[in-house]
Amino acid sequence: MELLTNQILAGIATGAIYACMALAVVMIYQAIDHLNFAQGEMAMFSTFMSWQLMQWGVPYWGAFLLTLALSFAGGIVIERLLFKPLAKAPILTNVAGFIALFAIINSCAGLIWDFTIKQYPTPFGSAPFLGSQLISTHQAGMIGVTVLLLIALYVFFRYTRIGLAMRAAASVPESARLVGINTSWMIALGWGMAAAIGSIAGMLIAPVVFLEPNMMGGVLIYGFAAAVLGGLTSPFGAVVGGFLVGIFENLAGTYIPGVGNELKLPIALALIITVLVVKPAGLFGRPIVKRV
Amino acid sequence: MSAVQEVTAAPALEAVPKRAMTLGAGTSLIVLALLIAVPLFVKNFIIFQMTMLLIYGLAVLALNILTGGSGQFSLGQSAFYAVGAYTSAILMEHIGMNYALTLPIAGLICFVFGFLFGQPALRLSGVYLALATFALATAMPQLLKLGYFEHWTGGVQGLVVTKPDPPEVVQSVLAWVHLKMSQDMWLYYFTLVVTIAIYVFSVNLLRSRSGRAFMAIRDNEIAASAMGINVALYKTLAFGVSAAITGIAGGLGAIAVQFVAPDGYTITLAISLFLGMVVGGVGWLPGSIVGSAFIIFVPNIAEGISKGLSGAVFGVILFLVIFLVPHGARQVAMVAQHLLGRLKKR
Repeated sequence: MELLTNQILAGIATGAIYACMALAVVMIYQAIDHLNFAQGEMAMFSTFMSWQLMQWGVPYWGAFLLTLALSFAGGIVIERLLFKPLAKAPILTNVAGFIALFAIINSCAGLIWDFTIKQYPTPFGSAPFLGSQLISTHQAGMIGVTVLLLIALYVFFRYTRIGLAMRAAASVPESARLVGINTSWMIALGWGMAAAIGSIAGMLIAPVVFLEPNMMGGVLIYGFAAAVLGGLTSPFGAVVGGFLVGIFENLAGTYIPGVGNELKLPIALALIITVLVVKPAGLFGRPIVKRV
Repeated sequence: MSAVQEVTAAPALEAVPKRAMTLGAGTSLIVLALLIAVPLFVKNFIIFQMTMLLIYGLAVLALNILTGGSGQFSLGQSAFYAVGAYTSAILMEHIGMNYALTLPIAGLICFVFGFLFGQPALRLSGVYLALATFALATAMPQLLKLGYFEHWTGGVQGLVVTKPDPPEVVQSVLAWVHLKMSQDMWLYYFTLVVTIAIYVFSVNLLRSRSGRAFMAIRDNEIAASAMGINVALYKTLAFGVSAAITGIAGGLGAIAVQFVAPDGYTITLAISLFLGMVVGGVGWLPGSIVGSAFIIFVPNIAEGISKGLSGAVFGVILFLVIFLVPHGARQVAMVAQHLLGRLKKR
């Protein structure tokens, strides 16, 4: 029984990472209606920027805020420069664009900061949290920040004018335009916010997985899986999905014989697909009703 | 976030008219003549690359039937490719079967595999289907490495495949006129024949009743079912056909590369095939060969321009291509056809 609780706790700790990433994924999905494959790389690049700022002597929270602002601006610039011209192109062409962006960012980060693994500081310290060996204060802090972020986003989308406008622009662009919403800038804003949330995720994850250009590869896959599991239309679902995927993964590794590290990912994905086959819109997503 | 979405606002692809899916007879003949003649004048390594061009072309074509034809998105093509490759390799090396005979078997096994995978995939569409197929692609190399199958698959090390010689008949005929045919060249012409056969089959498939059913489903699933099309059957059928062709390409690939190993069939391969489809033009079958050329040669060119930044150069080239021609090679062909038409009128 103790093994079970311990594994679940450890799962929640890794799940916090996935939840963070999933939140960023859902964010951009709400704004642009696509899954951005370059999301992880954007987060990685932001994290490197904050690391560089700290190397230059900026204190942690200063670097944190500066990176947030830079990522927000960077996200908007990427949208304006690269994806606005593709707005009329087919969806699959946009997906190819994401893959291209992925290659560019990954390669540039490798060139600027090279591929050696770097330590990344944590603001929360890494002592055991409340005497538990499995969750450190950093991981607890990460869960806390994720929850705060979720509440902030909920308030933003639910109660502010601009949040409402963004939702409208994403779900029915034509009608949104008719009532005077600048849908094109709402998309840019979505990119900016997604980049900023991604940078928070990156900076929180980096102390756990260490900083290097390929750090997001694995995390992003789980992030996508978590987002899809929770339902792509629901930020709350994304966070729950993140924790569930973390727990799934740990339990499968412990209890199913013959499952080593290598089979963890396929099994986690297979479970998610099983859930999707039963509930195609994800656990908390709203099913889309089709009309001819 | 609204619960109701107009279907007309959300098709994954714009409709490609049936006739626009193929090349005219004249152009086809010119391309065919080039494909037959060029290997006679170039070195063996280039012949090998041309063989790979055809093989990847087939794999892209298969994805094109699935995505461009029936509107289903797949990131799992590398898994079907791997199954085909392993089927051929195992039949040749463990049972000693003739390489040509392994291909239909690889195709058949992949058809069944794809058809079965299409069943659960029926309930998924769009991003969800992408995730499911993606899971298949990430799981496949791990499954191939499993200890249970090691006797057959060779585990992590994979299997070495012998390269076939040209058959005796061909050799003796050529010896008559004092010529010799290299293994590479034989394999190239063998691949070319298979490719042409599959291309003709695919073109006819898309023109047939089944092909029209695929396209009806792609354009509007509900309307298609209202017209009496068995949506579930045709969607899984599209998966099966696509998997079968990918499997044959995989088998040919195993013979050409002379080697199969789990790490040769990762998600990177599936992403490459996807890029090939976009660059070639979604739903335009002849574009498959253009897309295949893109995914074989552009990474090499990018590496040639800058070693450290090869990924960035590749990304920039890809961006340039999709900026200039968002509809891929199909768009180029259409513009060219339009210009030719204007010239003829004068």
